Amino acid sequence: MVDILIIGAGVIGGVCARELSLLDCSVEILEKMPDVAMGATRANSAIVHAGFDAHEGSLKAKLNVRGSELMENLTRELGVKYQKNGSLVVGFSDEDQKTLEDLKIRGERNGVKGLSVLNREAALALEPNLGDGVSCALHAPSGAIVCPYELCMAAVGNAMDNGAALTLNFDVAKIERTQNGFRVTSKDGRVRESKILINAAGVYSDEIAKLAGDDSFSVHPRRGEYLLLDKECGTLIRHTVFRCPSKMGKGILVSPTVDGNLLLGPTAEDVTDKDDTKTTANGLDLVRRQAAEQVKGIAFNKIITSFTGLRSVGSTGDFVINEKDGFINLAAIESPGLSSSPAIAETVVDMLRQKGMALTPKKDAVRERRPLHAFCDMTAEEKSEVIKNDPTYAHVICRCETVTEGEILAAVRQNPKPHDIDGIKRRTRATMGRCQGGFCTPYLVEILAKELGIDYGDVTKFGGASKLNVGKTKNV
Amino acid sequence: MIEVLKKKLVVIGGGPAGMAAAVAAYEKGERDILILERDTALGGILRQCIHNGFGLHRFGEELTGPEYAYRYEKQVKDLGIPYMLDTMVIEVSPDRTVTAMNKEHGIFRIQAGAIVLAMGCRERPKGALNIAGTRPAGIYTAGTAQKFVNMKGYMPGREVVILGSGDIGLIMARRMTLEGAKVKAVLELLPYSGGLARNIEQCLHDFDIPLKLSHTVIEIHGKERLEGVTVAAVDENRRPIPETAEYIPCDTLLLSCGLIPENELTRGAGIPLDRVTGGAVVDEDRECEIPGIFAAGNVLHVHDLVDYVSEEAKIAGEAAVKFLRGETEKSVSIALKADGKVRYTVPQIIKSVKDTKVYFRVADVYRDKKLVIRDGEKILLSKKKPKFAPGEMETVTLTAEMLKNLSNCQLNFAIED
Amino acid sequence: MKKRDLTCIVCPKGCSLCVTLSDEGRVVNVEGFTCPRGKEYAEKECTHPERCVTSTVRTADGFVVPCKTARTVPKESVFRVMDAINHTVAPAAVHVGDVLIQDVAGTGVSVVATANKEI
Repeated sequence: MVDILIIGAGVIGGVCARELSLLDCSVEILEKMPDVAMGATRANSAIVHAGFDAHEGSLKAKLNVRGSELMENLTRELGVKYQKNGSLVVGFSDEDQKTLEDLKIRGERNGVKGLSVLNREAALALEPNLGDGVSCALHAPSGAIVCPYELCMAAVGNAMDNGAALTLNFDVAKIERTQNGFRVTSKDGRVRESKILINAAGVYSDEIAKLAGDDSFSVHPRRGEYLLLDKECGTLIRHTVFRCPSKMGKGILVSPTVDGNLLLGPTAEDVTDKDDTKTTANGLDLVRRQAAEQVKGIAFNKIITSFTGLRSVGSTGDFVINEKDGFINLAAIESPGLSSSPAIAETVVDMLRQKGMALTPKKDAVRERRPLHAFCDMTAEEKSEVIKNDPTYAHVICRCETVTEGEILAAVRQNPKPHDIDGIKRRTRATMGRCQGGFCTPYLVEILAKELGIDYGDVTKFGGASKLNVGKTKNV
Repeated sequence: MIEVLKKKLVVIGGGPAGMAAAVAAYEKGERDILILERDTALGGILRQCIHNGFGLHRFGEELTGPEYAYRYEKQVKDLGIPYMLDTMVIEVSPDRTVTAMNKEHGIFRIQAGAIVLAMGCRERPKGALNIAGTRPAGIYTAGTAQKFVNMKGYMPGREVVILGSGDIGLIMARRMTLEGAKVKAVLELLPYSGGLARNIEQCLHDFDIPLKLSHTVIEIHGKERLEGVTVAAVDENRRPIPETAEYIPCDTLLLSCGLIPENELTRGAGIPLDRVTGGAVVDEDRECEIPGIFAAGNVLHVHDLVDYVSEEAKIAGEAAVKFLRGETEKSVSIALKADGKVRYTVPQIIKSVKDTKVYFRVADVYRDKKLVIRDGEKILLSKKKPKFAPGEMETVTLTAEMLKNLSNCQLNFAIED
Repeated sequence: MKKRDLTCIVCPKGCSLCVTLSDEGRVVNVEGFTCPRGKEYAEKECTHPERCVTSTVRTADGFVVPCKTARTVPKESVFRVMDAINHTVAPAAVHVGDVLIQDVAGTGVSVVATANKEI
């Protein structure tokens, strides 16, 4: 029996768990996948929105603006890369200019500071590589970028360091009310009990709500396809360049990432399959076409990967955040969910206090977390000192991203621990460079097999049946 | 404090190029040499290229990759040329300071009199090709699969489709077949293979593996492990023709879509690169535009034969010694320009008048055409061949005599009727 | 008389060869070769084709070490050679040139190590 069970180890569940782990209560996160950050958190635009987009008075507007304020401090405490690079929404016509003026007014009502609508010359002064057709832009200096899965892993890791538990591969099948709260049963028959149950199940949050007897809303996935370009391209622009929303839809963004790559996307396609993360030729074509209109000089021959994310679009048009008899929905959290995550966690704490939980600060709680990227940010002199104590930091495994054995071992041993190659990849960036793991995968398999105490042949890409090898040679 | 060493010649990379450069420099009399190798042994990528076909040109007999590497490794060791293993170079600066790290010394710097860059190349990854569909386990570059099978003794899969008919892909088609896998097809986007004709013969035809030219993979299927690929023929603009789409069940997709010289260090040093080769711009000594820094082997341009890598590295190693002794004579500056049909030349620039072998590649298959080298309007050299192919590196020698009396400071390389 | 087109595999040049065979399958003429080895290959390929086999052998300590047939073996014996290689366990320490299998699959050819491996 724990005080609080959280279903879903995405950025929403993770940041909530972290906030609660600093307080006097017991927390456990249940995640159906073999790692944290495997749903929408893994594949989205990595943007901390300024907050001009959501309609005045909505939860989205309120939590976005507040979340964006809290994000800088949260990322600093957790050692997560964050960059307040500002954003530009670019328009191509007089009609767009009108829309941008409206967005500015909406943003100001939402409480966003520093907004201004710029003409082409002023926009070019900020961002010289804007497309030739760009005629106007809305500038939001408070827009920022962050790595969503890094934030989620750091939040879950920090929560675990403060005593929270994480149970992976726990696919919730049944939720029952008990005298004191809830009993949650997984498909494979494991049982957990708690006083409070928080639903942060992303695209599946409507199904979890239904299991708990709440069918007041539904969630459907909206597919978004992305292209990621080599680090050579990350300096093409400084700002996140959005497209002015029009009858044709919201459009894509072109943005540097905190790791220095260039990200293009997403498309927006409403679908029904909650696991459909394949990319399509048409989707990627659209991304390329729109990106080239917004920003010129994109080197499309430097694409290193493409991927699809699924946003959790709710039937109410807004986030579904409510509490009833100890069951808390943090559901239908689509964009600006990442931006809102620190504010959502704050809201949860308020809700629980209103229910009479004391939630006093935990005495020995640690707010800071040593980031895994600490080593690569060091000067050569500092690195040399680290290597003296731990020579594995001198052994480079991933050549493209210069990730050392020491960093990989640290990642494998740090909360939340990875169990597969993609888990190492998201924690250390190994295999994420321009060779996409061509050289280092066989070495990573070796390190992981040794650390997990399993056979080289049993190492997977992302759990389940995703083994990298099918057996030994000479097995006759 | 970071330790700073001094070395006359630092060779970055202990593969066939690095070892050949170091041996050549030693034989020219230089003793203060250090080879820096990032892997656990000398030999580079040859260690996993366990097939035969190496060394016919250089040693007059057919060797496997590891045997070829061993010949040079033995020379390096017998001559007592110093080398460091498990040592990664993280920076080369224009003043020829090399920053490296290993477990024994931590991070250290070497002030080098001259540097030979010999970091080799890497394979073009899947993402660059933008194939639509899912992203399951079971998709590897041919070289990664080669490492799993030949070095680790593990089978990446049992039913294989190979995209790209580069030599490593062809070699892996045979390797996987011999190890008991079923290779269902090799697909090539272009209307011709980039691999050597002998490899198509002995790796595909010998095992009845179909080579589908002008074909590509248009979709990847399978949630956790690869379950199949949709392939289609492409039109003359390399666009897939939807009506030709065909599903091939397989658990493994190997990619052999070309190699890219690995030039992060070169770029970091501010050395200008050739957009076509992906390697440094060099003169006939394989000296880059920063004096005293040389490049050789696949880091400079991708070779089809290791024998030529050794030959090129020897030029660089010997020139580095001349540079160290202040004997370099650079009296002219003749730019070699490729017309497009000739994709590139190495060297790109000639700075001294002597017999110079120029390596070049063509952009397409040309039958019964000639290579024409012009000095302005004047034809300096014309050489007819029954077939020029992009997969095969060509050479032509410019004699000192030709170079002596040029009226322009540029030579134009063209393929003509 | 019949003609057979071949691609020479002796060296990377990959010359296109044309072999004229008599009705009894005897090589009457070879065209297209640019070296004596090419001519020899063409004749062999049409009468008793041979290949070099390269693979790996598992070692006593569970790793693999690369190997090859010391000479070419009859083409039709390739998979029998592989079977023998697959059933062989080499010592944990191996040196380039060490004979790992003698007279592999009755071909009279031995399989030798092509790399060093220490324990």
